[in-house]
Amino acid sequence: MSRRLLTINKLSVTFGGLHALKDLDFYIDEGEIVSVIGPNGAGKTTFFNMISGMVTPTSGDIIFKGESLLGLDPNQVTAAGIARTFQNVRLFANMTILENVMVAQHCRTKQGIWGALFQTRPFKREEQEIREHGEKVLGFFGTRLVGYRLDQPAAVLSYANRRRLEIARAMATKPTIILLDEPVAGMNPKESAALTRLIGELRSDWGFTIVMIEHDMSVVRDVSDRVVVLDHGETIAHGTYEEVSTNPDVIEAYLGRPAEESA
Amino acid sequence: MPSPVTAENRLNRRLGVDAFLLLMRVVMSAFVVLGLLMFIGQQINPDNFVASRINPDATGLTAAQFEGLVISGLSQGAMYGLIALGYSMVYGVLGFINFAHGEVFMVGAMTGMITSNKLDESGAWESNFLLSLLFVLVIAIICSTLTAIIMERVAYRPLRGSPRLIPLITSIGVSFFIQNVSVVLLGPGAKSYPTLPDWLSKKRELFGFVTIEGTRLMVLVVAAISMVALWYLVERTKIGKAMRAVAEDKEIASLMGINVNRTIVTTFAVGGAMAGIAGILWGLLFRSVVHTTGFLPGIKAFSAAVVGGIGNMGGAMAGGITLGSAESVAPLILLEPWGIDGVSQLKDAVAFLVLIFVLLVKPTGLFGERLSTEDRA
Amino acid sequence: MSAAFIEEPSDEELPARRMLDQDWRKVFKYGLLLALVLVFVALTNMPVNLDRRMLIEPIFSMGYLSLFWLPAVFGLVVCREPVLAGMPSYAKGSREVLAGSLVGLIGGAGLSFLTLLLDNFNLREPLVNWSPQLLELLSFQRDTAFGIAIWLPIGLVLGTFGGLTHLLSATTRRVLSWAFVSVIAFAVFETVILDLSEGFAWLGAEWLVDELYFIRGGLTMHGAAVLAAAGSLSAAFGRDRAHRAKERFQALEGTSRTRANTIGLLALAAALVILPLFLGGITNELLANVGLFVLLALGLNIVVGLAGILDLGYVAFFAIGGYTAGILTTANRGESWPDWMPQFYWGTALVVVVILAALAGLFIGAPVIRMRGDYLAIVTLGFGEIIRLLFLSDWLGGYTGAAQGVTNIPGVQVFGLATVKGTDPRAVFYLVLFFCAIAVYVSWRLERSRLGRAWMAIREDESVAEAMGINTVNAKLMAFVVGAVLASFSGAILAAKVGSVFPNSFIILVSIVILVVVIVGGMGNIAGVIVGSVVLIGILGGPRQPGLLQEFSEYKLLIYGVLLIWMMLKRPEGLVPNVRRTRELHQDEYLQDAWLRGEIDTDSEPEDDSHSNGNTGVLPA
Repeated sequence: MSRRLLTINKLSVTFGGLHALKDLDFYIDEGEIVSVIGPNGAGKTTFFNMISGMVTPTSGDIIFKGESLLGLDPNQVTAAGIARTFQNVRLFANMTILENVMVAQHCRTKQGIWGALFQTRPFKREEQEIREHGEKVLGFFGTRLVGYRLDQPAAVLSYANRRRLEIARAMATKPTIILLDEPVAGMNPKESAALTRLIGELRSDWGFTIVMIEHDMSVVRDVSDRVVVLDHGETIAHGTYEEVSTNPDVIEAYLGRPAEESA
Repeated sequence: MPSPVTAENRLNRRLGVDAFLLLMRVVMSAFVVLGLLMFIGQQINPDNFVASRINPDATGLTAAQFEGLVISGLSQGAMYGLIALGYSMVYGVLGFINFAHGEVFMVGAMTGMITSNKLDESGAWESNFLLSLLFVLVIAIICSTLTAIIMERVAYRPLRGSPRLIPLITSIGVSFFIQNVSVVLLGPGAKSYPTLPDWLSKKRELFGFVTIEGTRLMVLVVAAISMVALWYLVERTKIGKAMRAVAEDKEIASLMGINVNRTIVTTFAVGGAMAGIAGILWGLLFRSVVHTTGFLPGIKAFSAAVVGGIGNMGGAMAGGITLGSAESVAPLILLEPWGIDGVSQLKDAVAFLVLIFVLLVKPTGLFGERLSTEDRA
Repeated sequence: MSAAFIEEPSDEELPARRMLDQDWRKVFKYGLLLALVLVFVALTNMPVNLDRRMLIEPIFSMGYLSLFWLPAVFGLVVCREPVLAGMPSYAKGSREVLAGSLVGLIGGAGLSFLTLLLDNFNLREPLVNWSPQLLELLSFQRDTAFGIAIWLPIGLVLGTFGGLTHLLSATTRRVLSWAFVSVIAFAVFETVILDLSEGFAWLGAEWLVDELYFIRGGLTMHGAAVLAAAGSLSAAFGRDRAHRAKERFQALEGTSRTRANTIGLLALAAALVILPLFLGGITNELLANVGLFVLLALGLNIVVGLAGILDLGYVAFFAIGGYTAGILTTANRGESWPDWMPQFYWGTALVVVVILAALAGLFIGAPVIRMRGDYLAIVTLGFGEIIRLLFLSDWLGGYTGAAQGVTNIPGVQVFGLATVKGTDPRAVFYLVLFFCAIAVYVSWRLERSRLGRAWMAIREDESVAEAMGINTVNAKLMAFVVGAVLASFSGAILAAKVGSVFPNSFIILVSIVILVVVIVGGMGNIAGVIVGSVVLIGILGGPRQPGLLQEFSEYKLLIYGVLLIWMMLKRPEGLVPNVRRTRELHQDEYLQDAWLRGEIDTDSEPEDDSHSNGNTGVLPA
């Protein structure tokens, strides 16, 4: 039995009277891949923002490895071991690709001003380690992000490669859990199939636990252990892909109520 | 089962900075409250045991002194409010601080000085004061409105959509430029307005219990009228509706058939006109202008806009009056009881401290801010 | 800058347009603008004030230069049209010359009108600055009618000249401009060159200088001719050589390139150490002032350029450095200090200065660090003003000397070898140089460290930086502290150099001037910031320090304002741009250029692997 990593109890948030999330319960065990799906505006991204500390919940609790994450700043959440990507890719566009993954290791390193000024041995060693680890996570995506690309600004990357770099940046923070916000959005079927395989490898080879928001059902079907369906800020279904995909509530949420019933 | 809490995963929740800020808030609040308490003590008995230790020279304020302070604070604050409207409106629409807005105010005061002196030479200032005053006011409004429009067209429009700090830095440059244009054309010395007729500047009783200088009364009345006119413009006319729409979302507004550029120019123009009026009032009240006249009032007016909640017009006026009164009254009632010498020198420092205090305690300003969707995110 | 607007002739050329086929609106717009600018320049009395400075004896003074360059430049600018790469464009021809002439003519008419106005009305009532000599200057010391008449042809000729330069080939234009620039540069740098020639008298430099310059200032006619010839020759023949040297340098790889860099830096350092020995007091004083601003600008560069925090109250740290050093080392300290406090040595005081500046950085930084960028700017400005007001106030007057400031500050004893104080500008310069070297080293090392990368990430996108595990509060506070410490060094040196500190030396203006220096030089770039200080502070002068062009001192703040606006509108990356900053400010253009070079990757899969050179040693997934 694997360890329970993240437990969320009765999490709610309201923006000016609107319930973005309402009494949400959620858990994830070590080594799982859980997909969060739901129609647009269901509160999926808010859910991620809340775990990563960018939005403060109105009530409820988030327990990670037995500690509450409430009241932590986003950087402390990342330091605790939860990294994320963004739905609308947000890279440091003018920093080079290598710098993007190097800067993400900030919370795992500690050399300060003195090390940099006097070029101490620990400083040099740490720089070397950061660089090597950065190249390693970039190498995960084949040769696309390495080689001559290392010193190019992230802005020149194609859309799909920016998504890949974002995942690499999240990997570089050495997290326990990675939150992927629509990782294959905007990719063609071939690319998304390849990325789906890589997401599987993130678990099997790198040992990450993954929570993923995704609209592409083939990706969800291929990698998820469990699927959570959100609608209007509430969990409406929970289970394996097969269970969820046949659940009448889910079909209703996506397709709407049959005409004769709602009339 | 949640794993037991261990020493490694105990998370450090509080930053040193937060503790420091909390301390600062507490100390500042305590300073204000204690100062106020000691002031009240002083008023009751200047020789009470606290005052005799901390501030042995304490005399307390007489009612007349206090009234004078409040009135001068109010009239000064009304002018800050008028300038603050320009900051607030531009911030609402474009989301950046037009640092040079104080200079628009200075241009109003300067043109007022030039026109009124010309009129004084020709004798019209004395023989037909009201008409000349109106003429001066119109000229000043035209000049400062033009300054604001040219500023927008030349310096800010090309920069729309560039990184946030760029227009801010540009506006610092514009401010610097206008100040120094005034220096190289009009000279660096202070220049004075002609004397006002006696019936205006003399003190008079109002409602039987307030004594107020005529000029200060005029400042308050003109500011109130301008404020009402502006409120009417923004809330009741088509132009105002367009301005509010652009402030909310430029792209959607343009899709709805609103000419965004023209609306932005109108916003600058209206803000400029308000600053022009404030400039004339400043000139008539203090009867002296220099090229730096716009700088400090400009910054303070911005503070007023922030204090009132930026993007909120009523808030700008209220913030102006709050700040004006605070800087006039606070040194004497909050600092003096602490035994600090020469408190009036610290007037400007108090204005800045009010800004810092408000931003620390309630960053959205006293009356809440109204920002466009882009800024809220 | 961008590929879409390169001014190279395109592949196809349309025939030149007919002479009268003008964009009349544009011509009149530029003409009126020129007239306005000319009248403005004249009314500021700049021509009269600068007339004292002769450029070429006896025919050409800086006063006339201040008016003459404008029509030529406007004439040139009006002809320019963006040339789109790959698109056919019109050939240049008489049309451009006509546009230039018309603009010049309208501008000249503006001055004619002004001459008429000055002769008939007393404009001195509000416009106090122009003096009666202006009329004489405008009418070339003859009667007014002549003045009114002469400006039309002058404008016409200069505007036509501007239009004609547009027709010239790039090479010819370069040769001409080099000739012009070298004459002007030698005339402007007269003080420095005279100073240098005294130092190198043993090389016969004085003879050369006597030939070049007239006794009472200004170049001699034959001197100017020689300089023009030398300038154009070096432009014609030197360019290729310089180009080749640059290419050779860029072709160097790895260690040999590092070695070339090191040699260059060592040579520069040696020059900076040795040169002052041959320089006189004036130039050394100038260099010392420039150095003080280099120090300030490098500090602000860390805050604004690297971390992207617009700190307008930067002068506060300068003031704290100056006052702390002053109070600790002065012989007559304010009466409120306890008697047992000894008079410190400057070096000991420096330790206290650093600690206090760092604390001040934390104290001012902490409340503002979470504010939005624009609020932060105003609040820091407020802090800067509060600090000055506190130093000025009677309340703390017993400690700080209020308006009288701190006086009687002794110089710095350096190991008993020398005393660094204002009377010995060379020693001051060496002291400043030492601290500048420290500042350069600190900026250079920090930029390439964990902290530097965190600053860059914060500048790019603060909320993402925070989500990626960067403690933005701490990183920004560190930027404040490092900046504060560098500024306090400058303040401490200032105290020892001048021997006194006053609240008036620390007005907001200083913050703004440093900001202009950083922006004009190039935000985020060490070399840029140094170039910015040398150009602006060296030539125009600082807020209180005279520059090379002392005649300009009345106008320097105006010029600073114009420069700030101009740079923000046209070249926000500065004179010596930082590559990264340029990309940030011209992202669209940069991406277009990269696309034209084929560097943008497309989503072709898996072919895009073939683009990479593949020798990275990383295994494919």
